[in-house]
Amino acid sequence: MTNYFLDMGRPVQFNTKVKVGNMPEGYSGEGFFATSLNKVIGLARKNSIWPLPFATSCCGIEFMALMGSHYDLARFGSERVGFSPRQCDLLMVIGTIAKKMGPVLREVYLQMAEPRWVISVGACASSGGIFDTYSVLQGVDQIIPVDVYVPGCPPRPEAILDGFMKIQDLVEKESLRRRGSERYKELLAGYGIG
Amino acid sequence: MGLNNAYIQQRLTDKFPDQVTGFEEPFGLLGFSAPAVMNLKIIQFLYEDEGLKFRFLTDLTAVHYPGKQDAELAVVYLLHNLVDNIRIRFKVYTGIGKPDIFTATKIFAAANWMERETYDFFGINFVGHPNLVRILNVDEMDYFPMRKQYPLEDQGRTDKDDEMFGRS
Repeated sequence: MTNYFLDMGRPVQFNTKVKVGNMPEGYSGEGFFATSLNKVIGLARKNSIWPLPFATSCCGIEFMALMGSHYDLARFGSERVGFSPRQCDLLMVIGTIAKKMGPVLREVYLQMAEPRWVISVGACASSGGIFDTYSVLQGVDQIIPVDVYVPGCPPRPEAILDGFMKIQDLVEKESLRRRGSERYKELLAGYGIG
Repeated sequence: MGLNNAYIQQRLTDKFPDQVTGFEEPFGLLGFSAPAVMNLKIIQFLYEDEGLKFRFLTDLTAVHYPGKQDAELAVVYLLHNLVDNIRIRFKVYTGIGKPDIFTATKIFAAANWMERETYDFFGINFVGHPNLVRILNVDEMDYFPMRKQYPLEDQGRTDKDDEMFGRS
C-alpha cells in the first residue's frame, strides 16, 4: 500500500478492505447501466437494514456481543439500531416472550412500516424453548409472521449473524410486488392483521 | 441486643395466649402460626412493640397443602427486625373454599405488590387490598396456576406446536 502521508511524521493507515456490494445483472455500455428496479432496490435495502432489537433475556446478551466491535453487526449495513418501530425494517425478537408480553410485541410489529421483516432469535422466541409452561408464548410465530428462525440456547453471535445474512438474502430477492400480493394479505389476515 | 427466639416466643404467648401456636425453629428461624382472623393484630403487635420492632416485610407468599382439610392455603409472612437482625416466619391458614385474609397493606406498603402476586398465583382474597388484580399473569387467566391441583404437564395443551417442536 502506498503511504501518501509519510511526511506527516506518523504513518496513516487506510482501510483497503472495504467491500462493495455486487453489481446486479444488467446491461451496460459506455456511460450507462440498465437493470431492473427490483434488483437496485433489493441491493439498497439489503445493505441498509435498520434492526429493532426486542431483547428480553439471555439471548439479548449474545445480541449485545453481536453489536459490539468483535462481531460487529455494523459491517452488514446495520450500524443504526433503532428503538422506534416506525423507523425500523427488521424486528429482532431475542429471548423468551411471556404470554403477557405477547400483545406488546404484536403492537410493536403493527407499528412498523412495510416492508418489515422479523427474525426470531433463540429457542424461546422460536418455540418456547425449555419453558414448556402455561405462562410462556410457545413461539412468537403464534402472534406475528416470522421470516427467519435462529436456533440455539442461546445462539452464538455467529449464528445470529448467519440468520441476519439469511434475512439479507430475503430482502435482496424479494419482489417489489410481494407486499401488495393476495398471498401476503392472506398471511397477515391469518394473524388477524390488516 | 438480647432479642432472641425464646424471648419473642414468650412475648407472643403472653400477649396472645391461645391464638399463637405451632412454634418451631427450623435452622434457627422462629416460626409460628395463628388463626387467619388474627393476622393483622399479630403483625401490628410485632411491628409496634418496642422490644420486638419487626418493621420490615421481607416476603409475603402462600403455600398450598392439598391434604389439609379446611386449611389448604397458608399465607406466609417473613418479617425482619433490622435493628437486632432477627427474622421470623408467620403463617396463617385458610380454607380453599373461601380464602379470605385481611390485607397487610395498611401496615406495610410493600405488601401491595406481594399480595397481588399471591392472589395471582394462589387466589388468596386479600380483604381491603386497594387494587387486587393480577400482576404477573395475563388478565384473561381464569385459574390460579401455583395451586397443586394440576398435572405437571397438561397433555391437552393446544398452544404447543407439536408438528415442528413436538414432545416425544
